[in-house]
Amino acid sequence: MPDAATLTRTLLSVRDLHGFYGESHVLHGVNFQVAEGEVVTLIGRNGVGKTTTLRAIMGLLDRQQGSIQVAGTELVGLRPDKIARVGIGYVPDDRGIFASLSVEENLMLPPVVKQGGLTVEEVYGLFPRLKERRKSQGTKLSGGEQQMLSIARILRTGANLLLLDEPTEGLAPVIVQQIGDIIRQLKAKGFTILLVEQNFHFASTLADRHYVMEDGKVVDMIPNDRLEAEAEKLARYLGV
Amino acid sequence: MMELIGIPPQALFGQLLLGLINGAFYALLSLGLAVIFGMLGVINFAHGALYMLGAFVAWLLFQELGVGYWPALILAPLVVAAFGVVLERTMLSRIAKMDPLYGLLLTFGIALVVEGLFRHLYGVSGQPYPVPDALQGGTNLGFMYLPTYRAWVVVASLAVCLGTWYAIERTKLGSYLRAATEKPQLVQAFGVNVPLLVTGTYAAAVALAGFAGVLAAPMYQVNPLMGSNLIIVVFAVVVIGGMGSILGAVITGFGLGLVEGLTKVFYPEAANIVIFVIMAIVLLVKPAGLFGRTT
Amino acid sequence: MVAQHTDPMPAKRPTMAVAPGNPERPLMILAAVALVGLIIAPFVVYPVFLMKALCFALFACAFNLLIGYVGLLSFGHAAFFGGAAYVTAHAAKVWGLTPELAILLGGLSAGVIGAAIGALAIRRQGIYFAMTTLALSQMVFFVCLQAPFTGGEDGIQGVPRGSLFGLIDLNNPYAMYFTVLAIFAGGVWFIYRIVHSPFGQVLKAIRENEARATSLGYDTAKYKLMAFVLSATLAGIAGGTKALVFQLATLTDVQWQMSGEVVLMTLLGGIGTMVGPAVGGVIVVMLQNYLATTTLPATVVIGLVFVACVLLFRRGIVGELAHRLKIRL
Repeated sequence: MPDAATLTRTLLSVRDLHGFYGESHVLHGVNFQVAEGEVVTLIGRNGVGKTTTLRAIMGLLDRQQGSIQVAGTELVGLRPDKIARVGIGYVPDDRGIFASLSVEENLMLPPVVKQGGLTVEEVYGLFPRLKERRKSQGTKLSGGEQQMLSIARILRTGANLLLLDEPTEGLAPVIVQQIGDIIRQLKAKGFTILLVEQNFHFASTLADRHYVMEDGKVVDMIPNDRLEAEAEKLARYLGV
Repeated sequence: MMELIGIPPQALFGQLLLGLINGAFYALLSLGLAVIFGMLGVINFAHGALYMLGAFVAWLLFQELGVGYWPALILAPLVVAAFGVVLERTMLSRIAKMDPLYGLLLTFGIALVVEGLFRHLYGVSGQPYPVPDALQGGTNLGFMYLPTYRAWVVVASLAVCLGTWYAIERTKLGSYLRAATEKPQLVQAFGVNVPLLVTGTYAAAVALAGFAGVLAAPMYQVNPLMGSNLIIVVFAVVVIGGMGSILGAVITGFGLGLVEGLTKVFYPEAANIVIFVIMAIVLLVKPAGLFGRTT
Repeated sequence: MVAQHTDPMPAKRPTMAVAPGNPERPLMILAAVALVGLIIAPFVVYPVFLMKALCFALFACAFNLLIGYVGLLSFGHAAFFGGAAYVTAHAAKVWGLTPELAILLGGLSAGVIGAAIGALAIRRQGIYFAMTTLALSQMVFFVCLQAPFTGGEDGIQGVPRGSLFGLIDLNNPYAMYFTVLAIFAGGVWFIYRIVHSPFGQVLKAIRENEARATSLGYDTAKYKLMAFVLSATLAGIAGGTKALVFQLATLTDVQWQMSGEVVLMTLLGGIGTMVGPAVGGVIVVMLQNYLATTTLPATVVIGLVFVACVLLFRRGIVGELAHRLKIRL
């Protein structure tokens, strides 16, 4: 498998990752790498283990084996709070907005884990709508606003590796476009982003590379500039 | 001397004050139960025993070391909190992901052990605890005589209840607590040490029970069984109020204390059961409880 | 035990351990052996101890009908056990009823109290159900403390055992013993029949998944209430019998500690097993008898057993045995 990530500095490296929920074995040896400053997607059909891979990186499965390294630190075996403090920001698939917290409290919730995060004013600059609604209850926001809040709150923390789980799911096209713009701006600011996406068209406008997952494994890697050429293979993977 | 509906006002207001004081204890204890339930998913049956422990620690500090009321008001809750840390770390954390009913059974067992131990060591007769000098005496308000210590108990517990509400609803730490009540895993994935937060919450909530115990010590005698009947009434208070709201727990606690006090004036035979009767009515009319969000 | 929606944290919580199902044969053999043993027992062991153990064993089996087969944790069963003891004692002493009628009346009144408490408690689920039953049973306690016929702190003493059907004098310890044994065996047989009836199947469906039972068209509230009333009635029969054995009805039997004890007996023996609660009941009575002869504080030891059961031994003795041997007991 050709791997562009080896050419520059690797930030995230996942090797032979196995994951379990209770007795059921859900990840069967996942391998992939993400270089610093890259935007990389995990794509594949429903239920192939994309979300589970992100949860495994955060240490949220019942059990995981193999190796997950971020900037040389081994994450397997660490508690989720220690993993976050390596410098990872996580946007879960359900957005994870807290109903008992105001928008501002949601935004300020994740503790600063590293130097160099955005200031609150910079975050509000990226998401002016959140500033207007900062006194509202978190879950009173619209779906798109909740998604933005979910992304906004991990930008303050200094995390430089962002795990985004389907940030466009269920959102109107115009909102999807806004989120795309934001991710491009984040990339320009030097964030490294691992993105789980179903919306392949959306992913192709942002990502450098795409890892294809099937049955709890990474089965292929397609650089974004090879997409046209590999379109047929990709269609087979995604079952479209 | 004027009379209200055939009741001398001294008796009426005296009972109302007692009701308010009982209500203060209901509020302090049900508040702690609600916070623990939110974070640990456990109904802490040991809460009454830990209230008793607070009173006993104060009494022992006085008896054995000559430590007075004011230091005890801080020290006893700290001792109870330390005991709570041990309980949470060694036992409750081990059943964290199981059916909440196991938590009820476990803490019931703990309550038996703690109460049984004190009963074994000190018998069932109450131990007197003196009212601190600064709070001796009282004031004649004209319509009633107000003992200073009782006024202090109402004020202190109200202040602690409101302080707890503020800490949970208005501070950064409180936002961690509320968030972890909703989605503990995600909060931990943000870098918050949730297991520590859980231990701290349990310790703080049982410290409230210990604090209530110290407040109670000079009024009621310090007795190994002082918490066991109280906890059942507090359960009823929790069923009536629902555990979704901190302020709801406080209001329900004080309100039911007052109702109980009034019952003592007008129909003393029913004073012991009035809260249970109210609970039955609430279950019929609004099963989720007055401030409940879910069943 | 209950997959209810009371839980604010949707973490995966294993339900209360229930022994796996397999052939019935070992159970039948065990029942036969136990019955033979119990028939010989009074000639070897002090009969009053045996009768006490049988009363509590039946009480625990009645309690288990609810927790083991419907998944409802009642923390108020003392109200039925102790309440019935008062009614039986009063009926035998003041009204001069024959023992079988007095016990029956005790059981029926426990069923009536059970219908009232059950109807209120099943409006809440899980942990709230437990707290509600506890609070309501405490109300029964206060009524027993204050009502004119219960004798307050003294209770009802000197209850005559009378003659069974007016024929057999129960002051003979063996006659009393075999009466108690018959009541125990009848009660357990009745529970066995309930559990293995179509009604019992619906109860188990509710325990496994109440929402699904509802969607299958069962009025789950009605089934839960029925089970509650049956459990309360049987607990009452156990309590009434105990009142005749000891010729005494006191506040001890109606106190919340008693509700806790029956939970412990069931947990120790094995929730959801047929014989576990009876075994647990006998062990707890033996333990209490032993502790009474020592200076050890009984409450502390009982509490420690409770803690140990929850932390280390959730299947209980019989449940663990059944699990190891892969049979149903």
